[in-house]
Amino acid sequence: MFMVERKKNMGRWIGLLVIALAIAAFLSPWASSSPDGLERVAEDYGFSEKADKSVLEGIFPDYLIPGLDNEGLATAAAGIVGTTITFGLLTLLGKKMARPSADSRQGEEVSD
Amino acid sequence: MHIPDHFLSPTTWIGASAISGGALAYAAKKTQKKLDERQVPWMGVMGAFIFAAQMVNFPVAGGTSGHLLGSMLAAVVLGPWPTMIIMSTILGIQCLFFQDGGITALGANILNMAVVGTWTGYGTYRLLLRLLPGTWGQKAAIFAGGWMSVFLASIVAAFELAFSDTLPLSLALPAMAGWHSLIGIGEGLITVAVIQYLLRVKPELNIAPIKGGMNVHG
Repeated sequence: MFMVERKKNMGRWIGLLVIALAIAAFLSPWASSSPDGLERVAEDYGFSEKADKSVLEGIFPDYLIPGLDNEGLATAAAGIVGTTITFGLLTLLGKKMARPSADSRQGEEVSD
Repeated sequence: MHIPDHFLSPTTWIGASAISGGALAYAAKKTQKKLDERQVPWMGVMGAFIFAAQMVNFPVAGGTSGHLLGSMLAAVVLGPWPTMIIMSTILGIQCLFFQDGGITALGANILNMAVVGTWTGYGTYRLLLRLLPGTWGQKAAIFAGGWMSVFLASIVAAFELAFSDTLPLSLALPAMAGWHSLIGIGEGLITVAVIQYLLRVKPELNIAPIKGGMNVHG
């Protein structure tokens, strides 16, 4: 019974993960390339060139995976990589931080 | 509104880093106390969704774009404490892997988006939820929370630019507030839509705030 419940619940978050990966793969290449709010302010007031030199070089600057000629593909690949890293890292962090669920420690007092 | 390197003076980014470091340590402590193991996959999935959505800039007006912030979305679903962890992790990944937001400005970006964005959005939502009845009241509270999170995060960013002598406050404040009051409309609409979707696929999701703000199980 509990396993069935677990499986049913699992489908729900996997659905959102699939949506996230689909957004990264199919929508990110179509994102507006206009400056965002802060970039726009920096351009309007002439201090945007300050950002040209980054203190630390990112691994995939500007959300492009190198080696892919097509920019849309390079962006989509970066999106999938980034979304996967985010999911993996937060799941690991969460696992380290979480306490056992109320179900698996029945009989104990649940404080909240 | 990811601040790159060299926009902030050392005093500003070191100060901002100290504040967000302390806030994050406290958030980690709170999360450890409150986070149920069944919520862990949701923490990963909300982060993944917000990362992906942040890549999709939408045009707002006059050749300017914006993208989802997501602090308010995560705070409604998982509560504000884990949201601070989620948003900071995303900002760290964006900075280290994709050079989006400078490494020196990471503390300031965490302060603006993971701390200020999360708590002003969530606070507005909690307050309005009490004042506005019904499902439409709930939608309005979510929209307003989303708008407020972006708006106030940008206001704090404007102060950081001013403290750094990058742009005087008299210019930074109206410019940042102006653009982000438009971007905030997108934030509000997307947040309402995603929460409607989550409520449909997961009807037992209780978005009424509970003590500690932990709402999703399983």
